[in-house]
Amino acid sequence: MRTPLTIRFLTSMPRKGWLALAIFALVAWVGVPMAHLMLPESSPFSVSAYTVTLMGKILCYAVVAVAMDLIWGYAGILSLGHGLFFALGGYGFGMYLMRQIGTDGSYGVNLPDFMVFLDWKELPWFWVGSDSFLWALVLVVAVPGALAFIFGYFAFRSRIKGVYFSIITQALTYAAMLLFFRNETGFGGNNGFTDFKRILGYDITSPEMRLTLFGLSAALLMFVLLLGRYLVTSKFGRVLAAIRDAESRVMFIGYQPLWYKLFIWTLSAVLCALAGALYVPQVGIINPSEMSAANSIEIAIWVAVGGRGTLVGPVIGAFIVNLAKSFFTVEFPEYWLFFLGFLFIGVTLFLPDGVVGLWRKLFARKPATETESPPPVQKPAAVPEKDEHLAAKGAAA
Amino acid sequence: MRSLITSVLLGLCCLFGSAHAALDPAVLQGFASEDFGERLAVIGQLGQIGDEDARRVLEALENDSLAIGGGKVLIYDGEKAIDAASGVALEAVPEDIDTLTVNNRMRTAIEAAKAGMALFSTDPTVRLTAATRLRDGVDATTLPLLEKALASEQDAAVHEVLTLAVSRGNLGSGEAAKRLSAAIALADSGDPSVLALLEPRLDASVEPDAAVRAAVADAIRSIERRLAVAGAIGTVFTGLSLGSILLLAALGLAITYGVMGVINMAHGELLMVGAYATYVIQGLFQKYLPGMVDGYLLAAIPVSFLVAALVGVLMERTVIRFLYGRPLESLLATWGLSLVLIQTARTLFGPQNVQVDNPSWMSGGIALLGDTVLPWNRVVIIGFAAFVLVLIWLMMQKTRLGMFVRAVTQNRSMAGCVGVPTARVDTLAFAIGAGVAGLGGCALSQIANVGPAMGQGYIVDAFMVVVVGGVGQLAGAVWAAMGLGLIAKFLEGWTGAVVAKIVVLVFIIVFIQKRPQGLFALKGRFVES
Amino acid sequence: MSAEGGSAKRFVLLGTDYVYPRTTNKILRAFLHSKGVKDEDIMEEYTPFGHSDYQTIIANIKKFASAGKKTAVVSTINGDSNVPFYKELGNAGLKATDVPVVAFSVGEEELRGVDTKPLLGHLAAWNYFMTIKNPVNAAFIKKYQDWAKKNNVPNADTVVTNDPMEATYVGIHMWAQAVEKAKSTDTDKVIAAMGGQTFKAPSGFTLTMDKTNHHLHKPVYIGEVKADGQFNVVWKTKEPIRAQPWSPFIAGNESKQGL
Repeated sequence: MRTPLTIRFLTSMPRKGWLALAIFALVAWVGVPMAHLMLPESSPFSVSAYTVTLMGKILCYAVVAVAMDLIWGYAGILSLGHGLFFALGGYGFGMYLMRQIGTDGSYGVNLPDFMVFLDWKELPWFWVGSDSFLWALVLVVAVPGALAFIFGYFAFRSRIKGVYFSIITQALTYAAMLLFFRNETGFGGNNGFTDFKRILGYDITSPEMRLTLFGLSAALLMFVLLLGRYLVTSKFGRVLAAIRDAESRVMFIGYQPLWYKLFIWTLSAVLCALAGALYVPQVGIINPSEMSAANSIEIAIWVAVGGRGTLVGPVIGAFIVNLAKSFFTVEFPEYWLFFLGFLFIGVTLFLPDGVVGLWRKLFARKPATETESPPPVQKPAAVPEKDEHLAAKGAAA
Repeated sequence: MRSLITSVLLGLCCLFGSAHAALDPAVLQGFASEDFGERLAVIGQLGQIGDEDARRVLEALENDSLAIGGGKVLIYDGEKAIDAASGVALEAVPEDIDTLTVNNRMRTAIEAAKAGMALFSTDPTVRLTAATRLRDGVDATTLPLLEKALASEQDAAVHEVLTLAVSRGNLGSGEAAKRLSAAIALADSGDPSVLALLEPRLDASVEPDAAVRAAVADAIRSIERRLAVAGAIGTVFTGLSLGSILLLAALGLAITYGVMGVINMAHGELLMVGAYATYVIQGLFQKYLPGMVDGYLLAAIPVSFLVAALVGVLMERTVIRFLYGRPLESLLATWGLSLVLIQTARTLFGPQNVQVDNPSWMSGGIALLGDTVLPWNRVVIIGFAAFVLVLIWLMMQKTRLGMFVRAVTQNRSMAGCVGVPTARVDTLAFAIGAGVAGLGGCALSQIANVGPAMGQGYIVDAFMVVVVGGVGQLAGAVWAAMGLGLIAKFLEGWTGAVVAKIVVLVFIIVFIQKRPQGLFALKGRFVES
Repeated sequence: MSAEGGSAKRFVLLGTDYVYPRTTNKILRAFLHSKGVKDEDIMEEYTPFGHSDYQTIIANIKKFASAGKKTAVVSTINGDSNVPFYKELGNAGLKATDVPVVAFSVGEEELRGVDTKPLLGHLAAWNYFMTIKNPVNAAFIKKYQDWAKKNNVPNADTVVTNDPMEATYVGIHMWAQAVEKAKSTDTDKVIAAMGGQTFKAPSGFTLTMDKTNHHLHKPVYIGEVKADGQFNVVWKTKEPIRAQPWSPFIAGNESKQGL
């Protein structure tokens, strides 16, 4: 028995959730643009360019956090390499942005500036086609996706998991960072890409472009939340949670965890890359330090602060940590690391379910079904679905 | 003719030496000239005079204390001035006194002049350094001097060096017989600069004598063979050196992660703690025991162990204890600890790197053949890594605590049942792991920078070593560290440092796919933890 | 390359892998070509940021230097990597008299964290050194040291001045002069008033800001490292030289020489 996809999709989230999403969309697509463009700067409700960019940036981070949560919270795989996929997405789109500079660079040549000081006369092969917007989008999705797929395939096939997996993802990211730091690699060395001028011919610094990017980031976040919601409430999501909680048992029942893990892992990487692609034009720079180990680990702390295994949690976490970062690094730069460090320690020791868990503990007396439902660990798996699956397996055999 | 002059000069120098007469002020007056050429000429003259006064003037010049004032050349130490020529102290320091500037070219000339004098010293070690110094720059002026020294030399080692030096000079001699014997003698050299001298002599237009050409070709072959051996030894040594550094960085982790299963992302910061402990001890020695500064490192070894162990105990008791069996959580919490430690170091010692000196006995190196030098600090660190390894091995295998640690590793609940105080063993084992990291930091301070973020650079490498070696295996860590060090250094020879490092990392990633348990897997049932 | 500078015939261009060393070495290579140095006598090598293992590179430099021609190293190694580099250099037995190293990014402040023994005699090129003797510099140093003591800067009793500090000091004063001339802090007006400003700098010269390109005309000093971490000036230009933003040694820049 299958419910139609649309209904299945609509019921994946309670009414409150849809309402919250609608409000969010309204604020991001109507409220903020109006406040930014129409209200005078003196108005208390005016939104400055700085705020729009900061929020757009954090929205991208929130997407990364949700992507991270999909594999960590729901599949139990802690990746310390999501910074890599994020940066690859950024680099993919950055190549397009560099080409859009055209002859407006400091050397006035139709080559990115860093190639001029390297004495390169023409674009290397992997830059071919990077002046096309569509090709840039393909690169953004395909490169990190392919890398994640290949890496994931071998890692999951060898049943590498837990800490081992975390450490080798870190090694992969570290290797990539070293590679991108080299000027010869052809991605601008430690300076990376910067000094962007336009997208599709439109000025990148104009308020309209800023708002478009902001709106797109909000749209991406909503899309990711919905997709995540759909996935985790599906049968797929339940198998995933089962793999997280007892992989051996799932295997003994007859599932092949490899493909489940590989799918969610690749999806998560691609979502990160999309966030990266939106992030770069908003902050105006991409360089290899995005791939540093610290960045990837910080993503994990956003998720942990917000609450693992929930979908709103990571969004909240990303906002809390990054707003705190903006505040501390301006007001008390010397205390930022102390704050972040103690946040890591405090959350792991005292708030294993993050802010969302705390909220639930304090306020929610109603059963969990009404609010964001926790991962369906406690719930009995739907029996008919499983039978169906086993039957399919039997037929195949 | 030239040798005649030299012997006259040498005779003169003996004469002056015994009579202890003052220098001729006219000789020194050249120092007052603006022209470097003239100053160099004076240095050359002083070298040939070669008596105590000349040596004093040269040394003053080298130490930036030779000055011009009141039209005279003076030795001026900032307070009183001495007339350089006569050695008589001046009553008042002239107003217009100005120190002479020494540049590299003059410094080279001073060294050559001093070496020329030292060639006839009574101490064979002094003669040896002097001969080595002069060997590389043999020219028409030094050749007769060297020949003279060679004739009277008794010490075998000095004789050998002098022979090579004289042969270099004689390679351009007018007599074919001299050239031939020079070429034959030079076959014993291991110096690549000799190759550059020999190679043009293969050409018939440069070297008309066929016999000499054949000897030159032989000499080149023999030198090249020797250089190839030296080069290979050098590469192996750099590989071992890198390996020992990796090992020191990873040994502590091999205990805390490998044996106890705690993912300690703050491990790099424990290295940093050890390095800063070394820095503090150095400061204390400089302040209170300036006479024994060279010994500070020995005192720093136990201190860095204890300080890092103490920090380790604090970490274990306050945070890690609650996270046993939850590796991913302990990863995040210890990362937080590492940030706190970094910022603490920054607050205490400032954000910049601090200065940790090599003690004088760790400076310089052992010269192998030709241009291969094994620096002392690296030799010492290789030895130190071996020492730490033996120490840990003894502790793990031969002590009661070590036995407890192994028991808890293998089966925690069973160990608890038979009365092993598991919580206390955990704390102690973690303290030892942290202490060993402190020792690693103490060693690293001798090679790398000491700064708040220094630990971050080692954490990935340290984890790689432990993971490749196999969790829970000290032997595995040793093989992994040395193997990775050697691979990296051999690759670096033809790919450069960065690509070598990337290749090594990719190699590790592939290796883990093949052998997820590392080089040495623990035998037994470890299906899932 | 001159006899006074050591008559170097081969050059190692060693740098950290980023824009400044890459561009510097590009210009240097073109300059060396113009002086008749061939490509085989130039070795160019880059290391990543924070690189700390210079064993292999030092061995390569030794090999390169042993070819019978006097070799010099031009180092654009940045920041932290300098300490391991010089330590390794010293321990490997390469002294300044054998293979001098000229550094473009090592100054007094960098040498504060360094054991200077192995560095003795190596060179650095800057527009200012703390050891330059003139009343303006003495006053500048005094002012800074007093400020550091008063504000409890860590290790205030050993603070040093260096080229970037002097440059900032000069820059701020020139800006103030320009503001006074323009009678406004409006950016465009100040820029207009900026060209042609002069200031008596601690480097011992009166510096002028170029009217066309707004770079400073500055003197060039070459100093040798002394045991106390200060520099001994061994060469200097007779007067400030005009800053050229486009090197005349690079092809394609001919039209930009007037800028």
